[in-house]
Amino acid sequence: MSYIQGETGDWEIVIGLEVHAQVISNAKLFSGAATAFGAEPNSQVSFVDAAFPGMLPVINEHCIEQAVRTGLGLKAQINLHSVFDRKNYFYADLPQGYQISQFQQPIVGKGEIVLDLPDGSSRTVGVTRLHLEQDAGKSLHDQHPAKTYIDLNRSGVALMEIVSEPDMRTAEEAGAYVRKLRSILRYLGTCDGNMEEGSMRCDVNVSVRKPGAPFGTRCEIKNVNSIRFVMQAIEYEARRQIEIIEEGGKIDQETRLWDTTKFVTRSMRSKEEAHDYRYFPDPDLLPLELDAEWVEDIKKTLPELPDDKKARFISEYKLSPYDANVLVSEKARADFYEAVAKGRDPKLAANWVTGELFGYLNKAGKEIEESPVSAENLGGLIDLIADNTISGRIAKEVFEAMFETGERPADIVEKKGLRQVTDTGAIESSIDAVLAANADKVAEFRSGKDKLFGFFVGQVMKATQGKANPALVNEILMAKLKG
Amino acid sequence: MTGLTHLTMAAALDGLAKKEFTAVELTEAHVKAVETIRPLNAFITETPEQALAMAKASDARRAKGEAGPMEGLPIAVKDLFCTKGVLTTAASHILDGFKPEYESTVTSNLWRDGAVMLGKVNLDEFAMGSANITSHHGNVISPWSPGEVGNWSRQIVPGGSSGGSAAAVAARAALGATGTDTGGSIRQPAAFTGIVGIKPTYGRCSRWGVVAFASSLDQAGPMTRTVEDAAIMLRSMCGFDPKDSTSVDMAVPDFRAALTGDIRGLKVGIPKEYRVEGMPAEIAAIWDQGIEWLKQAGAEPVEISLPHTKYALATYYIVAPAEASSNLARYDGLRYGLRVEGASLKDMYENTRGAGFGKEVRRRILIGTYVLSAGYYDAYYNKARQVRTRIKWDFDEAFKQCDVILTPTAPSTAFAIGEKMDDPIQMYLNDVFTVPASLAGLPGMSVPAGVGSDGLPLGLQLLGRPFDEETVLRVGQVIEKAAAVTATPPFMA
Repeated sequence: MSYIQGETGDWEIVIGLEVHAQVISNAKLFSGAATAFGAEPNSQVSFVDAAFPGMLPVINEHCIEQAVRTGLGLKAQINLHSVFDRKNYFYADLPQGYQISQFQQPIVGKGEIVLDLPDGSSRTVGVTRLHLEQDAGKSLHDQHPAKTYIDLNRSGVALMEIVSEPDMRTAEEAGAYVRKLRSILRYLGTCDGNMEEGSMRCDVNVSVRKPGAPFGTRCEIKNVNSIRFVMQAIEYEARRQIEIIEEGGKIDQETRLWDTTKFVTRSMRSKEEAHDYRYFPDPDLLPLELDAEWVEDIKKTLPELPDDKKARFISEYKLSPYDANVLVSEKARADFYEAVAKGRDPKLAANWVTGELFGYLNKAGKEIEESPVSAENLGGLIDLIADNTISGRIAKEVFEAMFETGERPADIVEKKGLRQVTDTGAIESSIDAVLAANADKVAEFRSGKDKLFGFFVGQVMKATQGKANPALVNEILMAKLKG
Repeated sequence: MTGLTHLTMAAALDGLAKKEFTAVELTEAHVKAVETIRPLNAFITETPEQALAMAKASDARRAKGEAGPMEGLPIAVKDLFCTKGVLTTAASHILDGFKPEYESTVTSNLWRDGAVMLGKVNLDEFAMGSANITSHHGNVISPWSPGEVGNWSRQIVPGGSSGGSAAAVAARAALGATGTDTGGSIRQPAAFTGIVGIKPTYGRCSRWGVVAFASSLDQAGPMTRTVEDAAIMLRSMCGFDPKDSTSVDMAVPDFRAALTGDIRGLKVGIPKEYRVEGMPAEIAAIWDQGIEWLKQAGAEPVEISLPHTKYALATYYIVAPAEASSNLARYDGLRYGLRVEGASLKDMYENTRGAGFGKEVRRRILIGTYVLSAGYYDAYYNKARQVRTRIKWDFDEAFKQCDVILTPTAPSTAFAIGEKMDDPIQMYLNDVFTVPASLAGLPGMSVPAGVGSDGLPLGLQLLGRPFDEETVLRVGQVIEKAAAVTATPPFMA
């Protein structure tokens, strides 16, 4: 447990998250309209999405399947009977005047998410529920000095709202939760997790208490759209609340916003101003009844999820939990690693992938999918090390060229003449030249200054432009020095 | 040709088939009739050019031997059905100028089967009313009103909400009309104007493209002058529609074939709770008469009990406004219809909705908002849902003992404009016999059964098991024949 130090002692933060994840689907939740991001405003709107008179919603079965798949991925209870409700409120970008959502009977019940913390440890956070709902449209306030424009492309797009238990205690845990949830959703192919495009958004519930005390009054920070902001907002909000309480004040339950320019949370509306959503079952839709067998069939198609993959990487490839974590956090990374490791030393493969490759990608701001070095080529590079064509040191130079050009390692080695020298005669003559030129140091070595061995190795490698096989150099050099 | 507007649909189909007249001639006669009955204010929009074009196309289809089941029959469409390119108002100011880019499933079905559209008929605003006195486009006058046309001694209401449909059909300006029924909006105006109106089982007719009032109750149905015509038109209106999640995927029977006249051995339930206190003697008498007719035809009356009947009206006036308050939220001035500008978004909402909705609609939105509010939801909306289930069970139980239920359609004959208007509760009482079947989703039909002491029509209501419109129609026709009502409205085209 890590606590925040206040004037009056330690404070514990209590955090619960509501994540809105856009379902990967070509069509909206209740209309056939398309869902692609970035389309011309109001070009993906059906009469249903624009709430024209007499229009009716019809459930998109694919979205239901995606929600069930997600529920199964969260090891959650799938409710075979669920109900769509109307959440009533007026807003310009909510054409129906209500959002179709699920209130009392969601499609997915209790589940869990295992957090992988930076120190390699794990912690389980409860998932309260997952329900399906429609997204609203978008209000564009910056297109005209006095008018607001409405883009209904997003109106009706399927969202999964995934609600956690108030199980998190630090901003890092909250960050780890969102990362892990995003990873699971991506593995499942049910949400692309792209927070910049708004396909994943967070409402963060924060309260503080003295350790062991009952829960404090919480504030909800709405619509936070990056993991960094989630963590910053929690840190700020917790300190704000502690300060108020320590100064003798009390926390008002309210909805707040994260100001991304001033790095503070601001009040959006108080409990008194909170909407009365007047939820009631949507009479245009019958209760959703799922077939247990259908759910079982979906279960059979689930991919290996990060937790299982991590366990397998640890047992099968003998990787450290840390390396396994780094590799399984994204399916594409894990797949890349396995392609490299196949038939090769898995630890060496892990070192190259998490070390050189991720380092270079990170510097270049590239995703693994955009890597100029293919898994096949990285594997090829490791093979060149294994068969002594090049040394580990030369390999790093080759890798740099591979990352720049995308060329095959063998071609680069050939072109640059980096092939390792294993001809003992050639190495011997290089060593003889080095020893002759440094007779004084040879004498010092022989009189007991062992440390000079490294100097000689360096000189020999320099003379051979690094291409001499290091093992051979060591062996012959030692023999000659001692001889 | 004269007399064409007085035909039944069945006779008109006959005449068309025998080439006694063409669809164009039949339509021309009706277009003229629509003009003649303008004093009734039954139509909001007349579409004579479209009607004639459709009639022409109909004659062409018939000539090619491709006549549909309603080929060439001119009908009126309640202005709650969206009709492509034709003004659709729901009789509300808030839909000013709204011309849909789409056609409702029910009207599409009718045009598919050859029907011809004469125009869009008046109704209570958003179908909320029992007298057609809440329309932004003015009251509809019943053709049964006594006195000189336009200068009536009593302006009788046609009932509601499908008042324009009822008036147009009764006054012989259309062979039939579409109606919608949420708590009695087909059956009560049918009874008030001496015509036939059937609300099929919830789910039979698609609600797609019909302006919503209360989604769990709204159901379209035909209004015609005979039971046989109702059977013809109902068959064309029904059918599964994947665009409506509450539409039922069931074969549509040939309802006309069910009209065998043979009801021997059929058990007719008479619910004792419907003998409400203060029921006018002539209503009780026509009900008894109905029982007698069915007995004479070989059916067996059985007393049944529907114990939760007394809660039905209260339940309905919670459930329907609750759904309406949400359904009508989309009329916000942003995308179509009326917009009254304001300084802020909220002002614009208030100005638009304040000006766009009439008093009754505003009342129901307020009631609905209230019963769904935090702290009241359980006491009102949730309780009403529970009672609704009980009412459904009542009918399930009753139909173990009988095949069809007979009741009066309305607690009185039609009243005059100005009466019952001070007290909305008094107006809501009109629905006391029709509402329970709506809550249970059952098929219900009103059939003309006689004329009251005031010279105005009286109707009897038949309720059936879910999806058993056939029995309802069969028994209805027996009453229709036995009653053999000859009285006609004083004003007809």
